[in-house]
Amino acid sequence: MLAHGELWTVKELFVYPNEFIYWSIQIVMYPFMTGLVAGAFVLSSLYHVFGIKQLKDMARFALVFSFALLPIAPLPILLHLQSPFRGINVMMTPHFTSAIAAFGIVFFSYGAIVASEIWFLYRKHIVDSALKLREKKDKTLVDQFWYLIFCTLTLGSYDVSEEALHTDEKIVKILAGVGIPVACFLHGYAGFIFGSVKANALWMTPLMPVIFIMSAIVSGIALCMLTYILTMEIKKFLAHRKKAALGVFHSEAEIKGVEFHVIQMTAKYLIVFMIAAISLELLDMIFRGYTALKSWDVIRSVIYGRDFNDIFILQYGIGNLLPFIMFLMPGLTIRRTVVGTILVLFGVFMMRWNVVIGGQAFSLSFAGYMHYHMPIIPTDWETFKEGLFGAVSVGIAPFVLFWFVNKIFPVFIEAPSE
Amino acid sequence: MITRRDFLKKSVITAAGVALPLAAFEVLDPKKLMAQEAADTKNGTRWAFVVDTYKCVGCGLCVKACKLENEVPYDTSVTRTWVERYVITKDGKTHADTPKGGRDGFTTSKISLGMSEEAAPKDMMAKPETKPTEKFEDIDPNDITKAFFVPKLCNQCDNPPCVQVCPVGATYQTPDGVVLVDRTWCIGCGYCIMGCPYGVRFFHPVYHTAEKCTFCYHRITKGLKTACVQACPFGARQIGNLKDPNDPVTKIIMTERVSVLKAEYGTKPQVFYIGLDKEVR
Repeated sequence: MLAHGELWTVKELFVYPNEFIYWSIQIVMYPFMTGLVAGAFVLSSLYHVFGIKQLKDMARFALVFSFALLPIAPLPILLHLQSPFRGINVMMTPHFTSAIAAFGIVFFSYGAIVASEIWFLYRKHIVDSALKLREKKDKTLVDQFWYLIFCTLTLGSYDVSEEALHTDEKIVKILAGVGIPVACFLHGYAGFIFGSVKANALWMTPLMPVIFIMSAIVSGIALCMLTYILTMEIKKFLAHRKKAALGVFHSEAEIKGVEFHVIQMTAKYLIVFMIAAISLELLDMIFRGYTALKSWDVIRSVIYGRDFNDIFILQYGIGNLLPFIMFLMPGLTIRRTVVGTILVLFGVFMMRWNVVIGGQAFSLSFAGYMHYHMPIIPTDWETFKEGLFGAVSVGIAPFVLFWFVNKIFPVFIEAPSE
Repeated sequence: MITRRDFLKKSVITAAGVALPLAAFEVLDPKKLMAQEAADTKNGTRWAFVVDTYKCVGCGLCVKACKLENEVPYDTSVTRTWVERYVITKDGKTHADTPKGGRDGFTTSKISLGMSEEAAPKDMMAKPETKPTEKFEDIDPNDITKAFFVPKLCNQCDNPPCVQVCPVGATYQTPDGVVLVDRTWCIGCGYCIMGCPYGVRFFHPVYHTAEKCTFCYHRITKGLKTACVQACPFGARQIGNLKDPNDPVTKIIMTERVSVLKAEYGTKPQVFYIGLDKEVR
């Protein structure tokens, strides 16, 4: 009979008998996904709160995407639990000395903020759609369905006067403002979950929440850019094929122009947050080496030895330095942006990996090592949910959800009426 | 007719009026009450453990007894208590191992080096049975400067980090100082396992909940010794009540030089060791 974690852990030298890689791939996915949520929201708030006009198109997109990502954020923890059906206990008897106990509260308050912000932002669209469907004669079953949805979403408020819309705008601004600290808290506290584990020498640093927030914003911006480009490219392709005006945009050239402008602006913010994230990470590493506590010997052997490729080649090299140069080089193109953002996302993923898995790469005895071999082919429920397939499912889910959410809250609606 | 304004006004007044007398009652914490009662009747109990490493020979009977008593599957590598072997050689190197938690005793002079990564399967799809075999290092007895055994178990910390991090309160400290897990409420997040600096926690292979040494709480509260204490033929392990000044364990802690493991974590461990070496991890 195998103990949990024994399947994918290879122990070397002196490791306590009960030690295994208990926090595996899903715990890598967890901060990665919440990071994307928080990052996308912060990006949208840059426009709503600070009035950065260049980000207007991106802001709406980022907000809806953040909303689609939100229900997926707790999924990895749920899949990781040994008793997933008891997950609800966290809400029933939250034990507030634990960082995880606050998850329900932080998550739902953040969810409420994002949902209400979207509602206010899309109120006109909802009312318009509901009225349009109401007037429509001989509705099909599908129309009936959409009418029901939009009718419910109006929450009984059909006032779309100039004055009411102005109030909406104000509320959106306030919600976006309140949302920034809450989004940072949502993710900062994911960092706190790790940073506060005093037993783990690699995790325990007060910098952890801040590092997590910065890299979260980086990943959120990168994913928004990537998804934005993808949607625009699809639109461009459709416009090209139909040779006709499509939705908001009138021509292929127009789509291209808008797309490029938005991407150029967003890329600048990506670089700023990347610098902040990398500086903090390097500060942490330098500080560890300089203070050289008891654990430094084993941590050094992990960072500069066993995990050298994961940390310096994959994370810092391919995931940070390379895209950094790509974005800084003059004459940014869409193609280069796509490659750059994918590399940035990979870099942030590797950072999460190196924190979560790297933190368990050495024994509590400081005299042994553990190696993680992620299950690829699932042989049972456990190797599925805590293996490659479970992680990929979690990674794909937000895009599927985004497709549905986009049906109700289309990201490109602010059209000059045709 | 009552207006909305009036209705709200009166509701607030009613609610406030009802809440005020309720505040006069003191909310009683059942835990506090029970602790009070226990303190009155039993004059207080604080379970503590003493391990005399000079007496331990590494026979592993304590590990065997523990596994059988507490129904931790016998053949799994996880265990509530284990015995470590330390061998220090002339070149100043420390060699340590604990094969199967020392369950079968240390019958060979070969020291386990664990699984070597070089021999690990190159492709991740490899099945567990193709994992590399354990490697050993044979140490020449003439090179050994000192060697000893160290039994380990839960330290039943006064400031337990595992209790602090449990998100649902499924693990808790009893008034007499033992940290227990509620198997019916644990969600299996593993945060307590991560939070323990001593690595004493694991997931029970059958119940899939956090599992740990309980000082055999079901035995000690009935006046029995723990399974490991009873099984130890050399008296290397002892359990006692710190609040009883006549308890042999209390006497040892009061009069002899004892130390604890990893004091730097601030967990205030309550397993005291005689003859602990600086090389002990």
